Amino acid sequence: MSRIKEAFEGRKAFIPFITCGYPSVETSMRIIEEMEKAGADLIELGIPFSDPTAEGPVIQDADAQALAAGVTTDKVFDMVEKLRQNVRIPMVFMTYANVVFSYGTERFAKKAAQAGIDGVIIPDIPFEEKEEFSGILKSAGLDMISFIAPTSRERISMIAKEAEGFVYCVSSLGVTGIREEITTDIGEMVSIVKKNRDIPCAVGFGIATPKQAKEMARYTDGVIVGSAIVKLCEQYGEDSPAHVAEYVRSMKEAINEIS
Amino acid sequence: MKKGRFGIHGGQYIPETLMNAVFELEQAYNHYKNDPEFNRELKELLDNYAGRPSLLYYAEKMTKDLGGAKIYLKREDLNHTGSHKINNVLGQVLLAKRMGKTRVIAETGAGQHGVATATAAALMGMECEIFMGEEDTKRQALNVYRMKLLGAKVHPVTAGTATLKDAVSETMREWTNRIDDTHYVLGSVMGPHPFPTIVRDFQAIISKEIKEQILEAEGRLPDAVLACVGGGSNAIGAFYNFIGDKSVRLIGCEAAGRGIDTAETAATISTGRLGIFHGMKSYFCQDEYGQIAPVYSISAGLDYPGVGPEHADLYDTGRAEYVAVTDDEAVDAFEYLSKTEGIIPAIESAHAVAHAIKLAPQMEKDKIMVINISGRGDKDCAAIARYRGEDIYE
Repeated sequence: MSRIKEAFEGRKAFIPFITCGYPSVETSMRIIEEMEKAGADLIELGIPFSDPTAEGPVIQDADAQALAAGVTTDKVFDMVEKLRQNVRIPMVFMTYANVVFSYGTERFAKKAAQAGIDGVIIPDIPFEEKEEFSGILKSAGLDMISFIAPTSRERISMIAKEAEGFVYCVSSLGVTGIREEITTDIGEMVSIVKKNRDIPCAVGFGIATPKQAKEMARYTDGVIVGSAIVKLCEQYGEDSPAHVAEYVRSMKEAINEIS
Repeated sequence: MKKGRFGIHGGQYIPETLMNAVFELEQAYNHYKNDPEFNRELKELLDNYAGRPSLLYYAEKMTKDLGGAKIYLKREDLNHTGSHKINNVLGQVLLAKRMGKTRVIAETGAGQHGVATATAAALMGMECEIFMGEEDTKRQALNVYRMKLLGAKVHPVTAGTATLKDAVSETMREWTNRIDDTHYVLGSVMGPHPFPTIVRDFQAIISKEIKEQILEAEGRLPDAVLACVGGGSNAIGAFYNFIGDKSVRLIGCEAAGRGIDTAETAATISTGRLGIFHGMKSYFCQDEYGQIAPVYSISAGLDYPGVGPEHADLYDTGRAEYVAVTDDEAVDAFEYLSKTEGIIPAIESAHAVAHAIKLAPQMEKDKIMVINISGRGDKDCAAIARYRGEDIYE
């Protein structure tokens, strides 16, 4: 069983996201270690991109600042390799098509796998364009994570049939960022996936509070949180690891009430 | 060829949330492009509202002054709203209306596309919101006012370099936010399929007219067609019906900014490399890690780090040539055309004029060149004055 699948075994997974190198590479490493200790089941590592078209303002700012501070794809690989000496839970990259393509998809896949990455999430590669990437990533042992969105409708079955690792369910229209309320029928989306394939479904976009996480965990196998965590990094800077850990613990507890 | 591809370029590299929207758009377009009623209505708008056909003007003084090829100017600057952008906008807004959409959103660089979109929205009773880099709202303050006057809401974009690429990113984000009632009127031959094809088809009227007009005037095809290239919509419009006529040189003029050997350039084909961004595979100005470069040009409309996928393919196959023109050369050409022919071109179009000034004297007198004057330059006067060290109030 892949390390990603294991993360969902017998429990609802909590999946935090951070932008690598924000506020610094050193702080990112401490945050990741603390998040594992606090109960994170899988971690999404954002490789910053200059023009992240699927992100709201919080992650856009974090990406811009990380890049301005000199973070590169190679520095992120080095960071993951060092982390892998201690961190056991699966880690997946979340980045944009050009970061992977421009590095050379094969070279990117090989380096990511060597560093200890388990999968890759690329929001600007839809089902129709995935062939160019998924085969190469798979040969390196990496799962390419597929998205389904509130607008996917009849596309969900097709996407589910070829999904790997887990299915990323986008909770709402729009870009990443904290939302007051989520109105999409996530349960319905997940049930269509499950009819087509036995694969974990995790929901993300807009989730920030333990109450929301608990609600979302009812319908899914996992909950993804990005902007709320990146916001803590923005607020607390070098001191953010302890604050993020506390937040992850509260979210994991809320989700465990459902498991 | 795979659907939506131009050679290896093009494709649909966008978030899942938008996929059904682009499929619905493609379906609607394929239906209406062959619908006689739709085409009749579009032709009516183009002829009686936008003022088509635009003139093909023989620039006799310029021809004599340069002493080479006979120069014709395709006067897209005479269209309603002052540029070629109206051709595409009338088509897309009419299509959006047929699709049952009630709201249009668009990016704009120089503001020409934003003004055209706001105009069509006013005419057809649609809600309209325009996204424009904050930097560009300063460079093109007059156009911001025009859009507001036309009833559009203008959102200054502060992310990234606060120019055209950021405006495109922000409009894409807004589209994922509200899809059901909203159509994204993309302004250039870029973005995910079917946009590069739709925009090209609506702009192809430029080369269709040039062909008819030059055959009427000269009884033969031109030897060269020149147009400026940012995303590339006026250029593809001017080239498209000549692609099969191998004797016609097609020359795209990119914005070199302060020079292609500097970082302050927007000349994508001269300095970029293959990448995936804004929904398409094409050439982009980027660093070794694929981070999109903060490009620069005096012209807000050419200040974009990518180029439309069909241009990328025309470059690969060698069918079209692409040259780079600096700010200095473009400003000289802006002044030259104003003084020589009494025509003030958009600073974007002045890039094509600048290359024509270099090329025409190298061509024999019996050769014919057509320059696409994609827009008029009133909007640029304050910026050019500043460039020359003179401060004027707009």
